[in-house]
Amino acid sequence: MVDLRKREEVRGKLRRVSVGIAGLGGLGSNAAVSLARAGVGKLVLVDFDKVEENNLDRQYYFRHQIGKFKVDALAENIRSIDPSVEVDGFNLRLERGFMEKPFNDVDVVVEALDDAEIKAAFIEEILSKLPGKPLVAASGVAGYGSSDNIKTLRLGNLFLCYDEHAPSSEESVLIAPRVALIANWEANLVLEIVLNGWLSD
Amino acid sequence: MIEVNGKQVEWRKDETVDGLLKRMGYSFPIVIVRVNDRVVPYTEFSRFVVPDKSKVNVVRLVSGG
Repeated sequence: MVDLRKREEVRGKLRRVSVGIAGLGGLGSNAAVSLARAGVGKLVLVDFDKVEENNLDRQYYFRHQIGKFKVDALAENIRSIDPSVEVDGFNLRLERGFMEKPFNDVDVVVEALDDAEIKAAFIEEILSKLPGKPLVAASGVAGYGSSDNIKTLRLGNLFLCYDEHAPSSEESVLIAPRVALIANWEANLVLEIVLNGWLSD
Repeated sequence: MIEVNGKQVEWRKDETVDGLLKRMGYSFPIVIVRVNDRVVPYTEFSRFVVPDKSKVNVVRLVSGG
């Protein structure tokens, strides 16, 4: 049985929360959909890319969306799930020195970028320019299996969903189960930060 | 002494983040380094001197997203 009162209490809190997501690939698209289903009130989505056929093996897009900008395609998918979720899409490439710009006003930032160097630059910039803002990041998405190696590493305001032994995407493949697992790990961390009051730590 | 990823390590005077990474044998191309409460930007690895009694975290980042 579902406790409706508890459900409404949680959804009521999430309704007032905004989450920014940098990168709308396997991590970002799956995390965004999960957060929308959970009832997060506002999502700020940032990516410069278009949906390609080879994204469909792990990213939350559909065949008829090939060629569309990811920000538009994902906004469309979220609207089909829950039209009351506010979606702010930024169709842009994050530039070093200005990476924090779209995320100034969100409650929690999710790093869902692909390239390790850009990940590191983004993490450095968010932590230094938006002090106090919780940042959820991930590393070790590639491959399959070894789910038990995934851990959450907390370093101040950085919550890193992390598998220190995982191969990079250049050494291995990106496949749906592990990508979706880590995307949802990130989304689940966002809920923990918001609902357990970790924001004020 | 300093603590690096939970391990007790001898402190060396004037050692930079770069020096410490070398000494520890960390050869990962991309890492996040946190010294006490601060994430040290990559551009400062060759100048940032690790103080005695520091708590250091080195996290390896790999591509994929």
